[in-house]
Amino acid sequence: MRKFLVTCALVLFAALAANPAAADPVEDILTGFASSKYDDIEKSIDALAASGDAAAPAILDALSAGDLQVSSDKKLYIKGDDGSLKEARSGADATGEIPPGLKAVKVNNRVRRAIDAAMGQLTLLSPDPAKRLSAAASQFHAPDPAQLPAVESAIAKESDPAVKRAFEQARAAIILVKSDAPDADKIAAIGLLAARGDEDAKSLLDAATASGSPAVADAARGALKGIERSLAWWSAAQNVYYGLSLGSVLLLAAIGLAITFGVMGVINMAHGEMVMLGAYTTYVVQQAVMVAAPGLTDYALVLAVPAAFLVSGAAGIAIERSIIRFLYGRPLETLLATFGLSLVLQQAMRSIFGPTNLQVDNPSWMSGSMDLGGLAITYNRFWIILFAVAIFALLTLVLRKTALGLQMRAVTQNRRMAASMGIRTGWVDSLTFGLGSGVAGIAGVALSQIDNVSPNLGQSYIIDSFMVVVFGGVGNLWGTLVGAMSLGVANKLLEPVAGAVLGKIVVLVLLVLFIQRRPRGLFPVKGRAVES
Amino acid sequence: MSAMRTYSVAVVILGGALAVALLSLLPAEHALHVPGYVVALLGKYLCYALLALSVDLVWGYVGILSLGHGAFFAIGGYAMGMYLMRQIGARGVYGNATLPDFMVFLNWQELPWYWGGFNHFGFALLVMALAPGLLAFVFGYLAFRSRVTGVYLSIITQALTYALMLAFFRNDMGFGGNNGLTDFKDFLGFSLQSDATRAGLLVASAALLSLFYVVCRMLVGARFGKVLVAIRDAESRARFLGYRVERYKVAVFVFSAVMAGLAGALYVPQVGIINPGEFAPANSIEAVIWVAVGGRGTLVGAIIGAILVNLGKTIFTGALPELWLFALGGLFILVTLFLPKGVVGLWDRIMARRVPAPPLVAAPVRQPEAGE
Repeated sequence: MRKFLVTCALVLFAALAANPAAADPVEDILTGFASSKYDDIEKSIDALAASGDAAAPAILDALSAGDLQVSSDKKLYIKGDDGSLKEARSGADATGEIPPGLKAVKVNNRVRRAIDAAMGQLTLLSPDPAKRLSAAASQFHAPDPAQLPAVESAIAKESDPAVKRAFEQARAAIILVKSDAPDADKIAAIGLLAARGDEDAKSLLDAATASGSPAVADAARGALKGIERSLAWWSAAQNVYYGLSLGSVLLLAAIGLAITFGVMGVINMAHGEMVMLGAYTTYVVQQAVMVAAPGLTDYALVLAVPAAFLVSGAAGIAIERSIIRFLYGRPLETLLATFGLSLVLQQAMRSIFGPTNLQVDNPSWMSGSMDLGGLAITYNRFWIILFAVAIFALLTLVLRKTALGLQMRAVTQNRRMAASMGIRTGWVDSLTFGLGSGVAGIAGVALSQIDNVSPNLGQSYIIDSFMVVVFGGVGNLWGTLVGAMSLGVANKLLEPVAGAVLGKIVVLVLLVLFIQRRPRGLFPVKGRAVES
Repeated sequence: MSAMRTYSVAVVILGGALAVALLSLLPAEHALHVPGYVVALLGKYLCYALLALSVDLVWGYVGILSLGHGAFFAIGGYAMGMYLMRQIGARGVYGNATLPDFMVFLNWQELPWYWGGFNHFGFALLVMALAPGLLAFVFGYLAFRSRVTGVYLSIITQALTYALMLAFFRNDMGFGGNNGLTDFKDFLGFSLQSDATRAGLLVASAALLSLFYVVCRMLVGARFGKVLVAIRDAESRARFLGYRVERYKVAVFVFSAVMAGLAGALYVPQVGIINPGEFAPANSIEAVIWVAVGGRGTLVGAIIGAILVNLGKTIFTGALPELWLFALGGLFILVTLFLPKGVVGLWDRIMARRVPAPPLVAAPVRQPEAGE
């Protein structure tokens, strides 16, 4: 009896060992590829994908590349680029002689489509969460009712909450396009999509409003309204973000102007060229770092900030000493002389660096963006906002807490009295002009990150900077801050309504009208000044 | 300045232009023949001179530094351009009898209402003068009533022309967008390609310039002009003495804008194009420097400055194009630093050599007050 049992077991074992394919469903599926009918091949592809076998992606890849070979005993091999053969299932090198009757598995367009769908399904089960996420997203964007079981089984297996949510949304999208899904399921799916609330969800819901069932269509319409409202808010918020970023650029460009104008009553038309000098300094520093220490290229920008401040500041002091000093008390003549200077500086840069735009690279920590709800926060603009705020704070500190700041404020308020108290007003003028120009140079560093570095760089910002200063009120940094931010935000909020150019015109006209009402700006300096 | 000298300036301008015009009509092989492009160039200079004259009137005599006079010039030019566009008729590329080419290109079906009437020269002429005048009136009334002065005024005039430039760049404004108005065929029935028309336009420009020169001279010589100078030198005092400062300012600003508009109108047929680039703030500032070079507040200086600087520009941009901006920029700086009264002032100083010359660099007249 015992002997019989052992024999039976042995026979059974031998049978299993002799024909392992019979026990392994995947091997069964693979034999389907030996068929010469496209129908069979397609079925095998679907079955292979459903099995989720580890070797499946490699096999499907080889199939679509035409490298999958089948021998006359229905064994599959993958041909490598160098002509070597590997067993398809195990990936091991094929030993011994070349299997007889080896030929490539046939592929046509229908088979290729089946491969693509199968690959999508396979990535749903991929061990890499990022791959699963992107598979879920591709299902969401192009929902295919045939994939519903695959997605559902993926949901059941999923443990990562973020990926699971993405799968559920993909499932909702599929249910919504699946014509025979029950209404209750569809309404639940609409709820899920409404919670997602972005443009993609909107277009799916848009399609669902045409649904035959009134309950579903109503639910879709309701959800759509909610999404539109929240999208409108997000897009307004996005515009405010763009506005703040434009405003901080304007702030950087205008703040130096505000200082020189406020303290000295001098409009420096070459201020835009100080910005331009800063941008060109950034370019030169970046090139130099690239040559001297290629590993530090990402930090060239940090080095460029003090360099630009020094270059533009020195240029500013030189201008003050050589030209503006002789024109005090004649603001209109100063305006003309500095305009001439701006022409000279532009042409000088054109002669040295050429008239074309120069490429200043964004360092890696400034490229890309992050999503905050429905907001896309681009890093370069985000850094510029932070940078502008930091510079503003620093300047406020300089003006409030240093001896130079005290003297500058004294000269602003009453030049003659300050001179009588022993302040060297000429010296204060020079340093003020240097400081204002240096800050303009720093603005150039920031601008080089979002705009073209060309000889005309300063020109495109100078009129807006004037507007900021005039709007905010002279001699008042807070006025400049409020002026810059409100101009930036107003510009960007008007843009979608009126178009970029018309929006800008509207802002300019409003400003001109505003100046009529308040000729000294938002925050005029109070004092006994009678008239200019 | 004596009436004698006033009229002699007018006679020199008009006589010179007539002579050049006649010489240009000589047969081409004649030794004294003046080529057509020189005639057009001179006509252009005279239009610039008229623009400079209008700037000098407000800047030199009332102290209003307008950095937006190019806007009035361009508006006058657009009015003329619209008339010339209508004159093309069915000879355009698309052969449409009523619609200018660019409107056909933009698929417009009918002429916008504001293009109506421009087929009549009389109406167009009225618009050339009134449109800049009206803009100057509205702008000036608002600005001067609120006592916007000095650099603030300069900056908002600059914003005005900048805004207009952006507006005219838009295609749906109906003024040809980026390309502006061009491809003109004839003016009052005379072909713009013929030498005789060019000569006629040159003489017309000279006549208009002389006329306005004489009118301006009379204006500033009269009691009105004395008040203007008083406003320039001590606005508050003039106001306290009972003069309605803003009325004087608005009046002279409007008159000056009309002059600039007519200058632009005559400029367009001679250069054959008007586009939004004419509104560029830099153009307006350049007009101011012509006045500064010639001599601010002298009227004749504006004319001399405009012609000199533009002659220099023509020569420089032909021979050494990359040096032109250096030269122009340097001119701005040197003139404001060393020639506060311009070429005319220098001339007067040379003439009166026995009088000791004032120092080259003007001593600070007065330190700026707070809040300036």
